[in-house]
Amino acid sequence: MKVLMFGWEFPPHIAGGLGTATYGLTRGLAKHGVEVKMVVPKAYGDEDQRFVRVVNASDVVTRFGDERHREIWDKMTFIEIDSNMIPYATPEEWERKREEWERTGTTSESRDMWQGRFSFSGRYGENLMEEVARYAMVAAEVARQMEGEFDVIHAHDWLTYYAGIAAKAVSGKPLVVHMHATEYDRSGENINRTVYDIERAGMEAADRVIAVSNLTRNIVIEKYGIPAHKVVAVHNAVRFATGPVEDVERGVEDKIVTFLGRITYQKGPDYFVEAAAKVLKRLPNVRFVMAGSGDMMNHVVRRVAALGIADRFHFTGFLKGDDVHKMFLLSDVYVMPSVSEPFGISPLEAMRSNVPVIISKQSGVAEVLEYAVKVDYWDVDAMADAIYALVEYPALSKMFSAKGLEEVTGLKWDNAAAKVKQVYQDAING
Amino acid sequence: MKTVCLYFQVHQPMRLRKYRFFDMGKNHNYLDDAANRSIMQKVARRCYLPMNALLLKLIDEHKGAFRVTFSISGPAIEQFKAWAPEVLESFKKLAATGSVEFLAETYSHSLASLVDMEEFRAEVERHRRMVHEEFGQIPTAFRNTELIYSDAIGQEVAQMGFQAMLAEGAKHVLGWKSPNYIYAGALDQRLHLLLRNYKLSDDIAFRFSNREWSEWPLTAEKYVGWLNDPQTPGEVLNLFMDYETFGEHQWADSGIFDFIGRLPKVALAKSNDLEFATVSETSAKYQPVGVLSCPHPMSWADEERDVTAWLGNELQDEAFRKLYALRDKVRTVGNPDFDFVWNFMQNSDHFYYMATKWLSDGDVHTYFNPYGSAYEAFINYMNVLADFSNELDKQLPVL
Repeated sequence: MKVLMFGWEFPPHIAGGLGTATYGLTRGLAKHGVEVKMVVPKAYGDEDQRFVRVVNASDVVTRFGDERHREIWDKMTFIEIDSNMIPYATPEEWERKREEWERTGTTSESRDMWQGRFSFSGRYGENLMEEVARYAMVAAEVARQMEGEFDVIHAHDWLTYYAGIAAKAVSGKPLVVHMHATEYDRSGENINRTVYDIERAGMEAADRVIAVSNLTRNIVIEKYGIPAHKVVAVHNAVRFATGPVEDVERGVEDKIVTFLGRITYQKGPDYFVEAAAKVLKRLPNVRFVMAGSGDMMNHVVRRVAALGIADRFHFTGFLKGDDVHKMFLLSDVYVMPSVSEPFGISPLEAMRSNVPVIISKQSGVAEVLEYAVKVDYWDVDAMADAIYALVEYPALSKMFSAKGLEEVTGLKWDNAAAKVKQVYQDAING
Repeated sequence: MKTVCLYFQVHQPMRLRKYRFFDMGKNHNYLDDAANRSIMQKVARRCYLPMNALLLKLIDEHKGAFRVTFSISGPAIEQFKAWAPEVLESFKKLAATGSVEFLAETYSHSLASLVDMEEFRAEVERHRRMVHEEFGQIPTAFRNTELIYSDAIGQEVAQMGFQAMLAEGAKHVLGWKSPNYIYAGALDQRLHLLLRNYKLSDDIAFRFSNREWSEWPLTAEKYVGWLNDPQTPGEVLNLFMDYETFGEHQWADSGIFDFIGRLPKVALAKSNDLEFATVSETSAKYQPVGVLSCPHPMSWADEERDVTAWLGNELQDEAFRKLYALRDKVRTVGNPDFDFVWNFMQNSDHFYYMATKWLSDGDVHTYFNPYGSAYEAFINYMNVLADFSNELDKQLPVL
């Protein structure tokens, strides 16, 4: 089976959540014998370059520095289109990059990588929409030239949906679009109409829609009016690049309960604060850390002060690469109280660091995890109970961290890829 | 004859460095030495050194007829010693002239008088000792941090043996009364109150270089004309201001040094009926004309002249509460290293940075604030406080 995939550059070139997910999925597909022709936007930053070029997958592999699975890459071709687009399906990632860019004028990746990329010139600027349209036209040309070389088209993230639709129109091959996040997850109820329309157009034109969780699947069905039979939930997996977990020196002896993410309404930071206040009434030896920044930060700081717990509730501000990892290693409990989360990769990272996690039932990741405490985001009493238990009963936290690590290690892209392959098959069969 | 009482406040806070959660338990250096040092040396160069030299010259020229009063906070003295010892030397020279009085205040430039009278007394005692050691004077007059005053604070100050105390001539407290007389404290009438004439003080401190001001440019002659004017009633004219006014808030090129250089000569001209006196001399010379009642704390800050620059919002109240909750532990530990931190954590400035009222006085707050926002200031302060508290607990004997 051959797939024309409209995806994104792989890490470390673009270390966004979507790039990572596409990478994991592609590896999995290769193992299942699916050939992927990967079309990626890439800013050359050089006017003389041809705007489309086909790259040997092995070149990409070399650039990526992963020599271990060469046989996988034989099944891949990369087609790079000159474009400034970058994916930002997971809001954290998008926000993180944007803030980092604004703060420092650079990101953890090389500076050139981000210079002039459209996403940084404004949230959904007019330029970006033009670029989406232009990208679709180039994509159509690519699809025409590659006639007969693919059986199905797969588009990730709304930015490439027009490209997917165009490729389908030219080739007549079935289209699968992949919803990594919906506009509702990114913007709450105040959605951007244009983005919503592109998402819906992509899904309507598609033969199958893959959603990263049942939660997202339901949103797609309810808010976008997509027929339920077309929408399949395929949960993300996770692939950890890091080796064994190293140790960091702890500065404080108290137990540390962590929230890590953007401090915005969708992430439910205020519920974390209320739960913290309840726990601190009972336990003297706990500290709460809120790592991240966002538009609700000032509100949360005030609330923490008003509750009188500021000596035990700390803010780290926005954390960069290594510090994120360090924060996980310092944590005894990780809480993700999201009001709405299409999937949510961060609890998996916490579990990978042997940290027991509490997650909201309103997250996609709750659907795949067994060894995580699940609470409704609004149920601060339950959240406080869970924090208390994980802090006070070592047997419980030990069990969660050991089983959790096992569980998270078992979330393989191979399995997700098998499901995706089945979706392709269904799309081809109509 | 009207008495002109010139009083200058000298203070530099000890600014905290960016102290992160990850530093807790590992690193106990809380101060931004680089910023503190560069600011101290900058202000020394622009203000303290040239102004002290000027005052010394004026005192010398007028053979004791030109007299001024200072209060210098503990953190300022400590930072002179660390970063600009020549400034301390020049203050000592001023002290030796006999024409300069040094007041007592809270050692740490703290807000202790608002929360903890015991700590307040300890702070004042500490400062009184320091003034004696550095300048050879035992202060008889007092000024509280940022001129914070209330009846209760006044009573406490009187009981500590001070004869006079400075306060703001706040309209909401004075009503129809003039600030240009001595008043008695409401709860202990032995205490003489000298009230700041904010109009005449701010003409120099705030408006001097303001070209939009209808009186610009302000000359010594014009200003003395106002002081001497029969339309300016009363016995004393209390001109109280930050010492950093000279050369730092009002830059040298505004002519502020020329202004102050001419002021004594013009004021002391025979045709005028003016004299200069220090705070204690002024207090001794006049009897109170009435009792001033001030049940709620007032200060010289902001439009409101109350304490809302430092306390009142959730952030400030929480930080303040958590700070003073540590007092007994600091006492019990009794370690000079911890006392040092305890002192600078009490600097009122930390709470000033956490202010969120940004209407009329937002500019002033922003000018003095090393933080991007009140929230940043709060977070940083609380991180330091949490680590300090942790370290304190480690020192406490295990019960």
